Parts: sequence; C-alpha cells; structure tokens
Amino acid sequence: MQQQAPILKIDDYWIASVQGSLHDQDVIEFKEALLSKIMQPESKGLVIDLTVLDLVDSFVTKTLIDIRGLAKLMGVPVVIAGMSPPIAITLVEMGLSLEGIDTALNLQKGLDKLRNTGKER
Amino acid sequence: MLERKSSIENELDIIAARRRAKEVAEELGFSTVDQVRIATAISELARNIVLYAKEGSIVVRALREGDRQGLEILVADNGPGIPNVELAMTDGYSTSGGLGAGLPGARRLMDTFRVDTQLGQGTKIVARKWKA
Repeated sequence: MQQQAPILKIDDYWIASVQGSLHDQDVIEFKEALLSKIMQPESKGLVIDLTVLDLVDSFVTKTLIDIRGLAKLMGVPVVIAGMSPPIAITLVEMGLSLEGIDTALNLQKGLDKLRNTGKER
Repeated sequence: MLERKSSIENELDIIAARRRAKEVAEELGFSTVDQVRIATAISELARNIVLYAKEGSIVVRALREGDRQGLEILVADNGPGIPNVELAMTDGYSTSGGLGAGLPGARRLMDTFRVDTQLGQGTKIVARKWKA
C-alpha cells in the first residue's frame, strides 16, 4: 500500500502521489493514512498528485471529495494535481464533477497554489 | 475474434477486469481516451457486481459490423436484480452510499447500453463502443 501511494512532506506540505491501479481497500487505507498525516499540527496543506494513476472512477472520486471535506473541517487546504486529459474527459462525461475541489496542472503548481493560499490568510 | 472473460467476486477482480478491457481496447486500436472510457465503465459495472450481486462475470470482446469495428461488454450476474432500472440510471441515486454515478456514468461512456434485469434472477448488461 505505501508503495502505491507514498505520502511525503516538503516544508510543511504533504504530497501524496497515487500510482498505478488502486483497489477499493487501498483507496480506503490511503484516505485514512492521509488524514492521520494531515492532522499533525504543522500541516499547511496537501497535494494529491494523480499524474501516474491509470483511471479515476466514481469510487475514487467519492474518496477525493471525502478527503477534501474532512481536510477542510481540519482547516487543511487540499489541491488535486496532475489529472491526465483522458481521465479529465472521462470524469466530465460521466457527470462527475470535482466542484469545490482546488486543482492544479501539476505538482509544482499545486504546491504554489497552497503557498499562495497560506499567504492570503 | 478477440475475447476476454473475467470472473468478478472481489475488488481485485475489478482491477483485473479493467486491465483486460484496456488491453482489448488497445489491441483493437482504440484511442487512449477511449481506452480510459472503456476501463472506467468496466470499473463501475464490476463494482456493481461486487456490491449488489456478490459474483458475476464480464466478457469483453471485439465487434465487427460491416466496416465498423468496436468493442462489446457483456455483464452477467445472478444477483437480486435491479428493482427500478430507470431510477438506478438516474444521476445521484445510490442504495450503497456511493455517488450514484456508476450506472448512468458507464452508460454515457459507451455508445449503446442495454440493461436486462429480473428481480431474484439477475442482471445482464450489454454495452458497445464503436471506434471513432
């Protein structure tokens, strides 16, 4: 599991890179692992990087929405980064919107976004 | 003709089924976006089997009609059936606490989508995607 979705920290920002194919139990464990990390007092934000994920279905979408909702309750901003064009097209066609979720083209832009959010506060 | 069958009983089978579907789609020359569309539709349909019917099968096979080339998904289970198909095909309707996007989403990702279901007997779904 850790290999499929390592959770790293740079400055006080968490970065989770989701890789390959996750099955449902992996997704649930990933969510729990993320929440236990970001509840640490120094957390300033979280970027979930989907660059190398093979697909995003309704289950993964629901998990992303859940993570964002829970993180928001904890006061930790979340950015989803690196969604590939085929995945973005598929999600839109399915009628799944990530409305209310901050997104960024790639990991760097995701981190920049979080840093700027931090400044505004 | 190219054909792959997956037995679906658990979450790992969902991954295996969508990987096989992607392989078939790739071999038939579907675009990358279509491969993701097809694999995502399979993911939704396979999850429905695990959630509602416990076990079933998914066949993915090549399709040819005149000059047209395509791919067909055949889903079969002996589960409880879908009490109200129209409702189940409605965005946002779910009896499992999900987003209610599985069946309607899978339908939109495919070109044709037919559901045959009988209460207490099971559900059969035939979905097709033609090459652009």
